[in-house]
Amino acid sequence: MTKIKLTIDKKEVKVEQGSTLLEAAKKVGIDIPTLCYMHLDDINVNHKPGGCRVCSVEVEGRRNLAPACATEVADGMVIRTNSVRVLNARRTVLSLILSDHPKDCLSCAKSGNCDLQNMAIRFGIRETPYEGCEISRYKEDFSPSIIRDMDKCIVCRRCETMCNDFQTVGALSAINRGFNSVVAPAFQMDLEHSTCTYCGQCVAVCPTGALTEVDHTNKLIRDLANPNKTVIVQTAPAVRAALGECFDLKPGTLVTGKMTAALRELGFNYVFDTDFAADLTIMEEGTEILNRLSKHLAGDKSVKLPILTSCCPGWVNFFEQQFTDLLDVPSTAKSPQQMFGAIAKTYFADKINVKREDLVVVSIMPCLAKKYECQREEFKVDGNPDVDYSISTRELAALIKRANIDFMSLSDEEFDAPMGESTGAGVIFGTTGGVIEAAVRTAYELHTNKKLPKVDFHELRGMQGIRQATIDFDGFPVNIGIAHGLGHARELLEKIQKGESEFHAIEIMACPGGCIGGGGQPLHHADLSILAKRMEAIYKEDGNKVLRKSHENPSIIKLYEEFLGKPMSEKAHHLLHTNYINRSKKVIYIQ
Amino acid sequence: MTQDQVKVELKESDVQKIKTICAEFDNNGGELINVLHKTQNTFGYLPAEVQEVVAQGLNVSVAKVYGVVTFYSYFTMIPKGEHPISLCTGTACYVRGADKVLDELKKVLEIEVGETTADGKFSINCLRCVGACGLAPVVMVGDKTYGRVAPEMIKGILEEYQ
Amino acid sequence: MAYKMHLLVCGGTGCQASESAALVENLKKELEEQQLDSFAQVVMTGCFGFCEKGPIVKIIPDNTFYTQVSPENAGVIVSEHVAKGRRVDYLLYKNPEDNTPIAESKNMNFYKKQIRIALRNCGIINPENIEEYIARDGYLALGKVFQELGAENTIQVLKDAGLRGRGGAGFPTAIKWELTRKNEADQKYVVCNADEGDPGAFMDRSILEGDPHAVIEAMAINGYCVGATKGLIYIRAEYPLAIQRLKIALNQARNYGLLGNDILGSGFDFDIELRYGAGAFVCGEETALIHSMEGFRGEPTLKPPYPAQSGYLNKPTNVNNVETLANVPVIINKGPEWFNQIGTEKSKGTKVFALAGKVNNVGLIEVPMGITLREVIFEIGGGIKNNKKFKAVQTGGPSGGCLTEKDLDISIDYENLIAAGSMMGSGGMIVMDEDDCMVDVAKYFLDFTVEESCGKCAPCRIGNKRLYELLDKITKGKGTKQDLEILQNLGGVIKDTSLCGLGQSSPNPVLSTMRNFEDEYHAHVHDHKCPSGVCKSLMTYEIIPDNCVGCTACVRVCPVGAITGNKKEVHLISAELCIKCGACMERCKFDAITVN
Repeated sequence: MTKIKLTIDKKEVKVEQGSTLLEAAKKVGIDIPTLCYMHLDDINVNHKPGGCRVCSVEVEGRRNLAPACATEVADGMVIRTNSVRVLNARRTVLSLILSDHPKDCLSCAKSGNCDLQNMAIRFGIRETPYEGCEISRYKEDFSPSIIRDMDKCIVCRRCETMCNDFQTVGALSAINRGFNSVVAPAFQMDLEHSTCTYCGQCVAVCPTGALTEVDHTNKLIRDLANPNKTVIVQTAPAVRAALGECFDLKPGTLVTGKMTAALRELGFNYVFDTDFAADLTIMEEGTEILNRLSKHLAGDKSVKLPILTSCCPGWVNFFEQQFTDLLDVPSTAKSPQQMFGAIAKTYFADKINVKREDLVVVSIMPCLAKKYECQREEFKVDGNPDVDYSISTRELAALIKRANIDFMSLSDEEFDAPMGESTGAGVIFGTTGGVIEAAVRTAYELHTNKKLPKVDFHELRGMQGIRQATIDFDGFPVNIGIAHGLGHARELLEKIQKGESEFHAIEIMACPGGCIGGGGQPLHHADLSILAKRMEAIYKEDGNKVLRKSHENPSIIKLYEEFLGKPMSEKAHHLLHTNYINRSKKVIYIQ
Repeated sequence: MTQDQVKVELKESDVQKIKTICAEFDNNGGELINVLHKTQNTFGYLPAEVQEVVAQGLNVSVAKVYGVVTFYSYFTMIPKGEHPISLCTGTACYVRGADKVLDELKKVLEIEVGETTADGKFSINCLRCVGACGLAPVVMVGDKTYGRVAPEMIKGILEEYQ
Repeated sequence: MAYKMHLLVCGGTGCQASESAALVENLKKELEEQQLDSFAQVVMTGCFGFCEKGPIVKIIPDNTFYTQVSPENAGVIVSEHVAKGRRVDYLLYKNPEDNTPIAESKNMNFYKKQIRIALRNCGIINPENIEEYIARDGYLALGKVFQELGAENTIQVLKDAGLRGRGGAGFPTAIKWELTRKNEADQKYVVCNADEGDPGAFMDRSILEGDPHAVIEAMAINGYCVGATKGLIYIRAEYPLAIQRLKIALNQARNYGLLGNDILGSGFDFDIELRYGAGAFVCGEETALIHSMEGFRGEPTLKPPYPAQSGYLNKPTNVNNVETLANVPVIINKGPEWFNQIGTEKSKGTKVFALAGKVNNVGLIEVPMGITLREVIFEIGGGIKNNKKFKAVQTGGPSGGCLTEKDLDISIDYENLIAAGSMMGSGGMIVMDEDDCMVDVAKYFLDFTVEESCGKCAPCRIGNKRLYELLDKITKGKGTKQDLEILQNLGGVIKDTSLCGLGQSSPNPVLSTMRNFEDEYHAHVHDHKCPSGVCKSLMTYEIIPDNCVGCTACVRVCPVGAITGNKKEVHLISAELCIKCGACMERCKFDAITVN
C-alpha cells in the first residue's frame, strides 16, 4: 500500500492511501468531532453521508472546508482542525442543528447518553441565536417496541442505513426535502403498520432521543411493589456479557453473578435464567431438526429443508412479512423467552401454587423485538401473556442505578432453581452461531448415540455475515448455514426460494453478532469492536460450565419427566411450539 | 384536499396497468422515476395505494418509493384539479408581481399551493420559470397561457372555467 | 419542391404562449386560400430570443422581422407581403428612440451586439426537420471527428478553443472529457444535463426546442471522444415541447444512421435515451442528477469520486450542459482559433443569457464574453422599463449575487463576475429598478433555496431556513443589528460547510445585497422603513389632506373598510385596519394617497 504524507495541526502523519482525514487525525491523537458518521467495520457498514458537517476541517488551498469523515488524504495536504474558522463553523453548524431540536433534555430518554448533547457541551453551546425560529414537529409514534419522536431527529440517517443497507427491511426512508426532510416509514404511517421488524438497530445507532425503546421500568417497579404479585425474572444470555459496560467495566466483562444479586436486590421473588429455556429450545428444536432430517433421508420429499431456527423475534417478524411463501420452513419451536414464559406460568406456577394472573414474568433482554414478541396474541392465555413484559439491558442498568444499588460492590450470587439451571449450550444462544452449535451438540448425540469427540465447534463461530460449515454426523454430512443481520438472511432466503440452498439447517439472528449486538444493549456509539469482546465473554461462560449440552441439564430432564413427557410430545407441542402467520403489510392510513 | 384525505380503492385493472408499466421498465428498481412519471401520467397522481403496487412491481420498499415521491415536486399524491392552474414564480415573474397574483389566486380559491379545491375544479401549483419571461407574470390554466396577469384579472380568468 | 419564400414563426414557449401556433395555422390557411402555398412555406422555428416582442415572424429571403404578430395578422402578411412584396409597416419593430420602423433584425439594438453560436440555428431552421439542420453544416463535425480528427485531437481542439462548462462553474470542458476518456471501463456514459432549474433561465430549453440536433450531434462526438456508447439526456419533465422535439430529432437521427450502430461507417455505436427530471433544482448538480437517473432521491454525494471516475451505475460518466454541447460542433467545424478570438483571456466564446426583469427588451440573448453589463442592459436590453432608474442586476440565479451601478462596466466573464461577488451561473440575468427592494429580492432567492435544498446536510437544510427567517423578520421591521451580524456569519458558514454547490452558493444573494445595499438593510432595521416601498409591513398609507376632495372613491374600494370619511370631507385611513393592498391609491384620481 502506498503511504501518503500529510500535515495535520502541524503534526506530520503517514497513512495508507485511501484513508480519510478523520482516520489520519486519529492516528496522531486528534479527535475530530463527528455526528452522522458511522463506520462499523466489523459488519461492513460505512455510513459517511457528509450530512452533519461537524467534522469540517480546513484544507490549505481549498476554497471551502472539507468534511474530515469523507475526504481522502492526498500527498502534501496541510490540514487545520482547530483554526478559528473551523471552530466558528462547527459552532455555527451545531447551533443550527440545536435550533431545530427540542430543548427538553431534562425529560428526554436519551439524556446523558446523547451524542448531540455531548457535542453541545463540548462546544459550549448555551443558546441558539434564532429566536422564534421554526422547529420541525412530528406526531410521536408509539409501537410496542420502539418510540419515534422525530422532533429530535437530526437527519444523520444512520437509522436509514441500518434499516435498508444492513437489514434490508426497508421500513424507513428519508422523506420530503429541505427543512422538511426527516426519516420515516412510507406515508408517515406508524412503525407498527410498516414493515418494521423491531430489530432495534435504528435505536442502537440513533445519536439523539429520536429513536428510543418503549420503557417498562416504571411498570416493573409498580409490580415489584405489589404484595399480591409474585414477580419472577429471566435474563437472556447476552445481557450478562454487556451489562457491565453500563457500570464502566471493560467490554466483555462477565457480570452474571452481580446481575443476579442486583435483581434479587431489586425485589424479584425468583431470579431465573433464559438459558434454562434455551436448553429447552434445543430439546424441541434439535428433535425437530432430527425428525426432518430422518424423514428427508428416508426419501420423504414433502419435508421442508433447510430448517431455520426461530429464536430471534426480529427474524420471525421479517419472514412473516417479507417471505410469506416460506412460513412452513422455520422450526415451530418458540423462542427461549416464550418457552420460559409458557413453562413458568404452568409448571412453575403450579409448583409454587400461585395463580397465573398473580404471577408476573419479566424478561431482561438485549433486544427490542422481544417487547413486541411477548405481546403477540398467540402467546397469551385468556388475555394473560406468558411473559408480561420485557425490559432491555439498558433499562436494567438504569433501574439498578435508580435503586441506588452499588453494582460494583455486589457479591456474585447464583440463579434460583429450578428455572435457573442451564448448560453452556444455553449460554451461547447469545451470539451468532451459538444456537446452531448448541443444536449440533445435542442433535449429534441424540442421532448417533455417541458422545461428541469435542464440544467446541469453532467452524461455526465468528463475525462473518454469512458462514457455512459441514458437520459430520457419523457418516452423514450435515450442511449448516449461519447468517446474522437480516440483509444476510435475505441472501440465504432468496436462495431457498430459488431452490438453490444446499443447507440442511440455517441459523439466523437479526442483529450484528447476534443478541450480543441487539437493539437493547448498551449503546456502542458507532464502535462495534465491542461485539467481539462480548462474544468472547459468552464463549468463556460456556467454557466455564461443567455441563455444556442441553440434554444433560438435570432441570430440563426433570421437567420432561415431571411435566412434558418427551420432546415434541402433545403437551410440548401445545406449550412450546407456535405457528407463523402471513403478516405482509398493506397500506394503512394514519387516521 | 390534503394527502391524508385521499383514499382510493384500486381496481384490478388499475393494478394490472401499473404492473404493465413496471414490466415495460424490466421491473428494474433503477427505473423508479421513469415508472412514477408514466404512472402519474396514467392516473394523474400517485396515491399511496398506487405507490404500493409500484414498489411491489419494482421490488423496492414502499418507504423508498414514498421517499422519492416526496422528494420531487413534480410528483403529487393529490389529484390535480380539473383545471390545474400553474403560476410561474421565476425571478422575472416575481419582480413583475407574481406573488401578488398568487395571493389573489389563493384568496379567491381558498386553497394553498399544492392543494385542490373541494369541488375538484381547480388546483394551484407553482413553477419556476416557464420561459415566457417576456409575458411576466404568467399564469397557465391547463394548457392555456395568460401573460401579463394582474391580480384584478384573476376573477375574470377563473370565470372562463366556471 | 423549392419554395421562393419562407415564413419563419417563432415556436418557442414564450411565443407559443402568445398563440404562435394559431398564427402558424392562420398563415398556412391564408397561403392556401390565396393559392400561394406552393410559393411560400410556413416554418415553425425555435426561439428568436426577442421574447418581449413575440410572437415573431421572419420572412426569408428579405429578412423582414415582424414583431408582436397576432393570429389575426396572418391575412395581411400573406396578402401584402407574400403576394405583393409590400412590407406591413405597422407590424414592424419600432425604434424606441424615434419610433421609426426597423425592418431587419440586424439593425435592431437588441441584435446588433449579439453573436449567435449556441443559438446559431434557433429561429432559422425548423427544429423538427433534420435536413434543415444538415443543410446548415449539421453532422459535419461528427464526420470530421470520425474521419480527420479522432478522439484525442478532438479533445485537443476543445482545449485549444478554451471551451468552459456553461452550466455554472465554468470548468474546462476538455479536461472533463479527458478524465472520462482515461478511465477504463466496460461501459461509460455521456449525459446531457438539461435539468435547467434556475428561476428565470430558459436558455437550455430554447436550444433544445430550437436546435435539438446540435445537442445530439455533440453528444455523439462526446461519446466517441470519451469511449461511451450510451448517452442520456436528463431533461425537466416540465419541458414538454423540448421533449417532443428531442424525441422527433432522435428518431430522425436514427433513421439517418447518425445514431445507432456503426455511425457513418466509423464502427462507433452510440444511442441516446431520455431521462426525466421531476422538479428538483438540486438535480442540476451532477452527482444528484446521476442519483436521480438511478431512481433515487436526487441527493448529491461528496466528490471525489468524480462522475468521470464513478458516475451513472458506478461507471465513468461525463456530464455536460446543453449550452456547452451546442458549442461543440461549431468549434470543430470552424476550428479552435476562430472560437478563441471571441471572448476574454480566460473565458472564450459566447454566453447565452435570459435577460429579464425591468428591461425594455426581455429575451434570450447570446453575447461574446467580455461584453459589459452596461452594453447588455442598456443597448441590447434597451434600458430600464418606464424610464425608471437602474438599481441592480442579478446574475447566476439563486447561486449568484446582485451587482450594481458601479459594476456595470466590468466585462462579463467567469472570473470577473466572481470577483464582483456574483457568478455566471447558467445565465439568468434579472434587471431590477428603483422599485425593487433588495432585502425582498434576497428573501425571494432564499425562499427558493429553502424550497429546493435537498436536506441532506445541516448547514443548507437548517441554515438557509434561518437565513430566510431572519430576512423575513427584517422585511417586517423586526430585525435587529445583531440579526445583521448573524446573517453575515451564518451566510459565510453555510458557504464554507455545505455539501454541494447549492448550499455553497445559496447565501450569495444575501451576502451580495448586504454588501452592495447596506443602506437598505439599515433602513429596514434601524428606521423600520422599506425605501422601495415593497415590504408591506413597513408601509403606511396616508391621505394628504390638501389633495383629498372627499370623493369617497377610496372608501368604496377599500376591501376591509379601513377608510372613513363623508362626502366632501377629508378621509382618514386607519393604520390598524389597513392591509396595505394599495387599492385606494390606485383608485384615487387626485394623488391624495401616499405610502410611506
